[in-house]
Amino acid sequence: MLSVKNLHVAVEGKEILRGIDLDVRPGEVHAIMGPNGSGKSTLAQLLAGREGYQVTAGSVRYLDMDMLAMPPEERARAGVFLAFQYPVEIPGVSNALFLKTALNSIRKQRGLPELDAMDFLTLVRDKMKLLGMDEKLLQRAVNEGFSGGEKKRNEILQMAVLEPSLAMLDETDSGLDIDALKLVADGVNRMRNAERAIVLVTHYQRLLEFIVPDVVHVLSQGRIVKSGGAELAVELEQYGYGWLENEVQVS
Amino acid sequence: MNAQIESWEKMALERVPQYLAGHGLPWVTRARQSAFERFVAHGFPTRREEEWKYTDVAAIAKRTSLAPDNIPPDPASEAALFAWTLAQESTHLLVFVNGHLSTELSALGELPTGARLESLADLMDSNADLPQALFDQQHEHTVFAALNTALTTDGTVLRLAPGVVLEKPVYLLFVASGHGTAIYPRNIFVLGEGAHATVIEHYFGMLEAHNFTDAVTQISLAAGAGLQHCKLLQEGKDAFHVAGIHAEQAAGSRFASHSFALGGRLARNDITSRLNGAECQCSFDGLYLLDGRQHADHHTRIDHLAPSCTSREHYRGILDGESHGVFSGKVVVHPLAAKTDAHQSNRNLLLSRQAEIDTKPQLEIFADDVKCTHGATVGQLDDDSLFYLRSRGIDAESARSLLIYGFANDIIGRVEAPEMRARIEHLVLDRLPQGDQIKELL
Repeated sequence: MLSVKNLHVAVEGKEILRGIDLDVRPGEVHAIMGPNGSGKSTLAQLLAGREGYQVTAGSVRYLDMDMLAMPPEERARAGVFLAFQYPVEIPGVSNALFLKTALNSIRKQRGLPELDAMDFLTLVRDKMKLLGMDEKLLQRAVNEGFSGGEKKRNEILQMAVLEPSLAMLDETDSGLDIDALKLVADGVNRMRNAERAIVLVTHYQRLLEFIVPDVVHVLSQGRIVKSGGAELAVELEQYGYGWLENEVQVS
Repeated sequence: MNAQIESWEKMALERVPQYLAGHGLPWVTRARQSAFERFVAHGFPTRREEEWKYTDVAAIAKRTSLAPDNIPPDPASEAALFAWTLAQESTHLLVFVNGHLSTELSALGELPTGARLESLADLMDSNADLPQALFDQQHEHTVFAALNTALTTDGTVLRLAPGVVLEKPVYLLFVASGHGTAIYPRNIFVLGEGAHATVIEHYFGMLEAHNFTDAVTQISLAAGAGLQHCKLLQEGKDAFHVAGIHAEQAAGSRFASHSFALGGRLARNDITSRLNGAECQCSFDGLYLLDGRQHADHHTRIDHLAPSCTSREHYRGILDGESHGVFSGKVVVHPLAAKTDAHQSNRNLLLSRQAEIDTKPQLEIFADDVKCTHGATVGQLDDDSLFYLRSRGIDAESARSLLIYGFANDIIGRVEAPEMRARIEHLVLDRLPQGDQIKELL
């Protein structure tokens, strides 16, 4: 589904990603772990289509399309979703209007009719309930005045409504208390299926206790230095990133 | 005195009295003549004056005629007008066409006991009891107010006895339908103790009307009275519009002013309130949405003259094309106004390199123990916000429109009358690419 080959990316002349290879197949859950500054968020944002990055080498293919040539809205319409580490506040635009606009753009692309107000409300209410979100958040401006936990849950709500094929979650666990974390993890787990791929970008192993990944990658200084099963995350938690970075330097 | 005024004066003095209201009342004629002399003595303001530094009214001075005329609306426009009026049963509607009340188009509806809603021209012509404040020089904040006094055509007088509450908004629609028409509306709202009302002043220019409107609105609020005032400026693209809205507030009164400047070639609003009694609340909200070569100038002033009053001012501008916005907001806290709580902000979104904004928030504080803040910002659409929306499948153009709509909506959302709020929301969306689609989803 997603195939990243020898990807090199620079920001303002400084190389952040230095040869990433990553293959994600439908139905898989991948975790990309790494210390601060390793390039995890850059990778997630680049894949979602953020501007301001220079791809100096390599390629990214998504469903056999040249993903790097697509503007962000086309990627989203083709099923790519990023849950932001820092969700953006959009003053004056209600969450309901935002979600409806996004959902209808994506449905249009998929050749589906636009949802009417009633169907939309029914759909969103159900998803909000499962995430333990207050329905009042629909009439509030997008993320404005939301608590940290509400913002993160709002990202998961968008994912649940938009039903992407490739969902990337950037540090979705940060700032969540244990109850909110469980709700968010349940929300993600409910979306696991044979057609959908999920990529979790995280610094800590905590989230992976609740969403067990198929593959764990460790990113360090712009490279994937080790890949393994779920047990790799546990080892990292025990020994820290220093352990791997040393190991890489020795080898 | 410049040549235009001189030549206009000759014409005006000969022609005007015959068809201006109140010409049978000697005191009205005297008031008009003396106001006209004040206007002539000063002449049109120039950019050398501080208050007119950024707004050039030379184009108004060059008009061939400033005399108000009495052009009847053409029937086609009349029919179209109904489309513009809010559902008639939900308002007390008065329609003025080219400065004169049209009884056919108006629908006053039923008023509660103690409420009077009348045409100023009718009151003047019938020599009925006129509000004492009429033609009060206190409210001549600009020389255009003197010109208005000299040439006032008609307007609305709303008087509420103490305790009277108007449930439905008073909707005043001023339509310009002729070419080169000069229009001088004068509105007077006097609310007794504890009385409450909502008034909408809507200035609408038909087709390509390049009229000149010079309006004055005087507001007097007794103790505990409350007025929501919403001005919607939607003049034609070649029209000039100059207006003053001036309030006097007694203790515990509430005045909320909303000003939406969406149309016109040149618009200038002077909006002021004097908080004369303790514990008044005053809020000034405004939005100017400009493109092409439009120019809109808001000069506001709030005088805190008594203790424990609160004032809030939120003005926003969205400027595209080669448009020019001006905001000058003055808050003066006088020596007796202890425990004043005043906040003022002006935020601007520049959508093109050629657009220009001159913003000047000013605080003058002569009292102790006050809480006052002010600020102004000028910026562009935020890249992070655009990316966030696009990453959800929303195309770049719609994302821009959503952000602009959101920026405007923070001001529109403060209007309490729901029909008016929806009307303005739609007018803003009509101006934005993909705005129709957003409208459907609201």
